Amino acid sequence: MAYALQQLINGLTLGMIYGLIAIGYTMVYGIIGMINFAHGDVFMIGAFVGIIVLTALSTVTSVPVALAAAFVISAFICAVYGFSIERVAYRPLRGSFRLAPLISAIGMSIVLENYVQVSQGALERAIPNLLPGGIVLLKQGDFVVQLTWMQLAIIIVTLVLLAAFTYLVTKTPLGRAMRAVEQDAKMAALLGVNTNRTISLTFVIGSALAAFAGVMFLLYYGVIDFYIGFNAGIKAFTAAVLGGIGSLPGAVLGGLLIGLIEAFWSGYATVAYKDAAVYSILAIVLMFMPSGLLGRHEIEKV
Amino acid sequence: MTILSVSNLTMRFGGLTAVNNVSFAAERGHITAVIGPNGAGKTTLFNCITGFYKPTEGSIAMSPSLGKIVRLEKLAGHQVASKGKVARTFQNIRLFGGMTALENLLIAQHNKLQSATGFGVLGVLGLGGYRKAEKQAIELAKHWLDQTGLMARADDPAGALPYGDQRRLEIARAMCTEPALLCLDEPAAGLNPRESAGLNQLLLKIRDEGCSLLLIEHDMGVVMKISDHIIVLDHGKKIADGSPTEIRNDPAVIAAYLGEGDEDDPDAPVAESVA
Amino acid sequence: MLEDLKDAGLCAFFALLIFAPFLGVHLGDGTSGNLTLGPTPERLALAVAATFIARMAMLAWHRLRSKRTAKPSNGAAAARAAKYIGPVLLAVAIIFPLLPGMPNAYIDLGVLILTYVMLGWGLNIVVGLAGLLDLGYVAFYAVGAYSFALLASNFGLGFWECLPLAGILAAFWGVCLGFPVLRLRGDYLAIVTLAFGEIIRLVITNWVSLTGGPNGLLGMPAPSLFGLKFSMAGGPGTFAGFFGVDPMPWQKTAYLFYVILALALLTNWVTLRLRKQPLGRAWEALREDEIACRSLGINVRNTKLTAFAIGAMFGGFAGCFFAARQSFISPDSFTFIESATVLAIVVLGGAGSQLGVVLAACVMIGIPELLQSLQIYRMLIFGLALVTIMVVRPRGFISIRRPSVSLGKAKMIGAELRAEGKG
Repeated sequence: MAYALQQLINGLTLGMIYGLIAIGYTMVYGIIGMINFAHGDVFMIGAFVGIIVLTALSTVTSVPVALAAAFVISAFICAVYGFSIERVAYRPLRGSFRLAPLISAIGMSIVLENYVQVSQGALERAIPNLLPGGIVLLKQGDFVVQLTWMQLAIIIVTLVLLAAFTYLVTKTPLGRAMRAVEQDAKMAALLGVNTNRTISLTFVIGSALAAFAGVMFLLYYGVIDFYIGFNAGIKAFTAAVLGGIGSLPGAVLGGLLIGLIEAFWSGYATVAYKDAAVYSILAIVLMFMPSGLLGRHEIEKV
Repeated sequence: MTILSVSNLTMRFGGLTAVNNVSFAAERGHITAVIGPNGAGKTTLFNCITGFYKPTEGSIAMSPSLGKIVRLEKLAGHQVASKGKVARTFQNIRLFGGMTALENLLIAQHNKLQSATGFGVLGVLGLGGYRKAEKQAIELAKHWLDQTGLMARADDPAGALPYGDQRRLEIARAMCTEPALLCLDEPAAGLNPRESAGLNQLLLKIRDEGCSLLLIEHDMGVVMKISDHIIVLDHGKKIADGSPTEIRNDPAVIAAYLGEGDEDDPDAPVAESVA
Repeated sequence: MLEDLKDAGLCAFFALLIFAPFLGVHLGDGTSGNLTLGPTPERLALAVAATFIARMAMLAWHRLRSKRTAKPSNGAAAARAAKYIGPVLLAVAIIFPLLPGMPNAYIDLGVLILTYVMLGWGLNIVVGLAGLLDLGYVAFYAVGAYSFALLASNFGLGFWECLPLAGILAAFWGVCLGFPVLRLRGDYLAIVTLAFGEIIRLVITNWVSLTGGPNGLLGMPAPSLFGLKFSMAGGPGTFAGFFGVDPMPWQKTAYLFYVILALALLTNWVTLRLRKQPLGRAWEALREDEIACRSLGINVRNTKLTAFAIGAMFGGFAGCFFAARQSFISPDSFTFIESATVLAIVVLGGAGSQLGVVLAACVMIGIPELLQSLQIYRMLIFGLALVTIMVVRPRGFISIRRPSVSLGKAKMIGAELRAEGKG
């Protein structure tokens, strides 16, 4: 029981990170209908900017200031990355062959991974735990169920981001424009929505969220390398599809589910097959719900 | 002699009843038209008959040849065409745009040709009677290209044909499946009067060659001129059933079209021709 | 000109923001296990300046081009020339390994390129013809390779006995994968195929007792020529001993070259035959419009499954050959990047064009291999090339389609009319 509770906490924390990345996938898919394969690598860029900022500031300021700076700078830099990637690699391909942006995105993903590898080396980089300790929730014999300060921080930061993001999408003119472009880009343009700007902003917001996820990943695990984007990206994409691609609550739900599956599978079955378990569950869910858990079921009009 | 008999057909989508307990019969060798205001459930009815929707209730009995009955609602989607001998066209044309007109017509004969290739294996090795089968298939395609006046466009990609030609090519493609019943979903939509008149001739010719027709149409000019039998739907229910003359004078039909007391589309293009 | 300067300046500014955290500083290891940060302003300045110059050059190029009247080209000329290019390429391929003084390494590169040509042709059936987006093609490559490795080590079978079995097993897996994904469209299909590829790799990595896990399997026999082995030791029963020549490494490489050439040509021949027949036409019709197919009585499920199965079979053949050539396989050879590379070859080639696949494989595999000396920059250049080629030619090298049948003279069909499939 205590063990399950601990896995639940671990799974939720991990799931929050996946959910934040998944939002970027699902937003971009919703608005221009492409899989932004490079999104996972933007997350990795975010983690690296985080480690660089923390290293630069660690001796100069206090931990909270350094952390805040890491989040803000990382989000800003990743926003620039997201904006530029869309401009350079995706915008020229908008409205053309469906596979072209996909290949371009895969190319971009390879570029980002190797750019980081070439510029910062292939070694794993580690930082010490900046928020040690936590709350002991339950003691059962020797086993202690603990919610670490880091986990608590990740959960709180994610919830705040999700709240802000939900407000942005549902209540602001920008959110309205985004939803309009998602429904029908041509019509939205005819009605005076600046689609290019809206699409750019979608990338900017998605990338900033991925940056937050990247920094949190860095803080939570303490170790990163240039390759973390691939796995996290695929998991987050899986989360987006599981939840129903295009659906924002679906992305968060999918992320949480995948975090939980991973945590419980690692806890109760073999760690080696945890990714295989995630993918199998995805395949099984899609077999019975071809549009994911919260996706709109598309009936093709005949 | 009945070719298609629809009984107590109901189709619900969630809480919405698109087709409500509709029964009718279409005669072999006749042109049967289904008319009704927008949203009357015509296309849903059509999709049930052609296997794209599974009806919630009711049955659809098709007689592909004399003395044989097939229950369409029990078939898998593609079997409606192969076993039920029902072919259809679409309201928004669905041709294989990147393939030539001729290729479109050969794909319609897929099942016949595929078995001639020994399901691919003999075909790859160049054995079996595939060559002969393909020659026959091309002859059939040529026949329908000729009937639809598209012979000169045989080698052009379907997507590059003008709208009117695409409509006719879709009919030719459906005919290449050698159906017993051809279902047309608004075949005259978007055609100019001259093309529309040509379409009438084509449909009459198809009927005279022995294929029965079932069509949904908004253009009363087409419906009144060529139909042998008309079924009128409104709000998912059948409100009238009879010959063109009977329908023209049916008060329920006039009320449905003129929108007496409810908010149906007031400028339905049929209003004048019905009155 | 001033506008250009402004534009390039803006780009340089963005480049500064982008490159600053990665090229402007370098993470290093401190003395007490902590991280240190060293400034490297020179490489940052270099990158920003390069961006500025590149942007200026690009704008100048656009200006120059807009003066000329742009002629739309979709590879129509290439496709017309295909009649000649195909046989010429084939002739070159046939004499290539026998050219006097041809270095062994080049023949080996030829073998590698041909392996990817074959994989590209196999995947072309699924993606280019049937329009089904498969991101996990490497799974079938892996199934073929491990089938051969396991059959050879457990039952002592040779390459030629295992080849058909590897193909059949891969086709079987193709159908197994095909069944659950039949209802899925577009990106749902993409992620499930990707997941399937990853599952196979994870199973291979973790099922140590069967597959050797991450250490892989060793010692598969190389293909023999009618029972003659290629051995540097020479002697009776070997190629060199039988023909009374000195054993040379290139003899084996050249033989492997011809084996993969024959396998690739088989793939091509089957595909070209099928394209002109009902099955191939049904695949293409499926890509164009699945609903119309259904209305014409085509069994969409079986048609999709045959595309998966036949595509997978050729992937299995290629995998079997790969294992025989390396005589060592490990899960590292079957990562997602392989699927992505093969898919990129298909799309760059023009999705559907056989000749396009050959050109794309030469570009995507040949050029990075020739850049071996640049080592760490190799994949960076590969990625940049993918993006650049797609932006310049979104429809690939040869994007026009030749009709499978015609009454008169066949007219080529432009890419803009062709659907790309929703599956």
